[in-house]
Amino acid sequence: MRTIPAEKITASIRDMAIEACRILPPDVLDALRASRQREESELARSVIEEILENAEIARAEQLPLCQDTGLAVVFLEIGQDVHVDGDLMAAVQEGVRRGYADGYLRKSVCDCLSRKNTGDNTPAIVHIEIVPGDVFRVTIAAKGGGSENMSRVTVLKPSEGVDGIKKFVRDRIIESGGNPCPPLIVGIGIGGTIERCAYLAKKALLRKIGEPNPDPEIAKLEKELLTVINETGVGPMGYGGRVTALAVHALAQPCHIASIPLAVNINCHSHRHKEAVL
Amino acid sequence: MAGDAKILTPPLTDAVVSGLVAGDRILITGAIYTGRDSAHKRMIELLDRGEKLPFDIKGAIIYYVGPTPAPPGRPIGSAGPTTSGRMDAYAPRLIELGLKAMIGKGGRGEAVVEAMKKCKAVYLGATGGAGALLSRAIRKCEIVAWEDLGPEAVRRLEVVEFPAVVINDVRGGDLYKSGQAKYRRNG
Repeated sequence: MRTIPAEKITASIRDMAIEACRILPPDVLDALRASRQREESELARSVIEEILENAEIARAEQLPLCQDTGLAVVFLEIGQDVHVDGDLMAAVQEGVRRGYADGYLRKSVCDCLSRKNTGDNTPAIVHIEIVPGDVFRVTIAAKGGGSENMSRVTVLKPSEGVDGIKKFVRDRIIESGGNPCPPLIVGIGIGGTIERCAYLAKKALLRKIGEPNPDPEIAKLEKELLTVINETGVGPMGYGGRVTALAVHALAQPCHIASIPLAVNINCHSHRHKEAVL
Repeated sequence: MAGDAKILTPPLTDAVVSGLVAGDRILITGAIYTGRDSAHKRMIELLDRGEKLPFDIKGAIIYYVGPTPAPPGRPIGSAGPTTSGRMDAYAPRLIELGLKAMIGKGGRGEAVVEAMKKCKAVYLGATGGAGALLSRAIRKCEIVAWEDLGPEAVRRLEVVEFPAVVINDVRGGDLYKSGQAKYRRNG
């Protein structure tokens, strides 16, 4: 049994929220830099240059990368031998509250009907997985509205298979156009149930860019979907070009014999997330 | 963006707007106004009541942005464009009243495109997610109306060489359509 004080969780999440919103992870920067070679459109290349310059300015001047500092999505991987001293969920929300206040981040959370702003960017979305051992892993993702609005969940017929998945993803990317701020990272969740595949798609976004799914069949599908997406020609900011997505990350699991639940969770190039083990 | 950019200085005239072509790179210097979902809703409510808008819409440029709070010593925080389609329900009415340009990201609906052609207005794209870079072009920021809306309040921004691209021009040119068609390989 390992004890972690709730206050430690709050302090970590505060710092991570601020850093996630200011510093683009190295794998995203590398993928953006590499994408310049593939991009044939001069205007599209200049968009990628602006994105890279923006990352430099944000880091140097301690500004958020994007004004949409997102809804905070917090993933907790908690070992079953860990004891949290205090209120875990309250500690997480307090960390988000402090991070968004102290980091001059935008408060983008409101009542879903009255649209009244909650004022402190809470409540954050919290996903918990219990695992063996005594690990306590926190990941915070700042999820922007523009890309989340373009994401979808559907249930395909088994007869539609892989071709149906490719068609759904292609249509989604074309319909989304410049709205979600391409070049994109595309999370795909396949299988389970409707809520499970949506979770898988979001979790898939967290993987390091360039790391394929360990299952060779899913890894092959990721590669094929990336080609499908880049052949849409949507390009950076929808201006037309070769680089519509930097990566496709898929997670899959078994599902009912009657269905193929499918979720497409789109993320923008400002692919902000931060992980820590306490 | 480098190179052959055209300079725009609001208030804009029909002649200036008509000279812009989808795909042109531009740099804006002068005063522009911010507004997004809630501010647009309130502007239309004002017009419905026969009241005046909080700024002169004739020749104006509206930037669809909800900035992050200004850190100490800066006029504004990160300030990139939001998705414009959410303002489609309100934009035609403002275009009819003399709005000449909108800055945002993502496609516009048919009614907005038609209003732009009819009344001579353009839609400009700024790079989404480049909020730190774009904030450098903003030298002054003051709230003009509805402070209670926080990031959604209407602000007057003084910008210097704010970079954008013409998406929709007055002749029906559409960079999203033409640009994407050029690179599409799968239908």
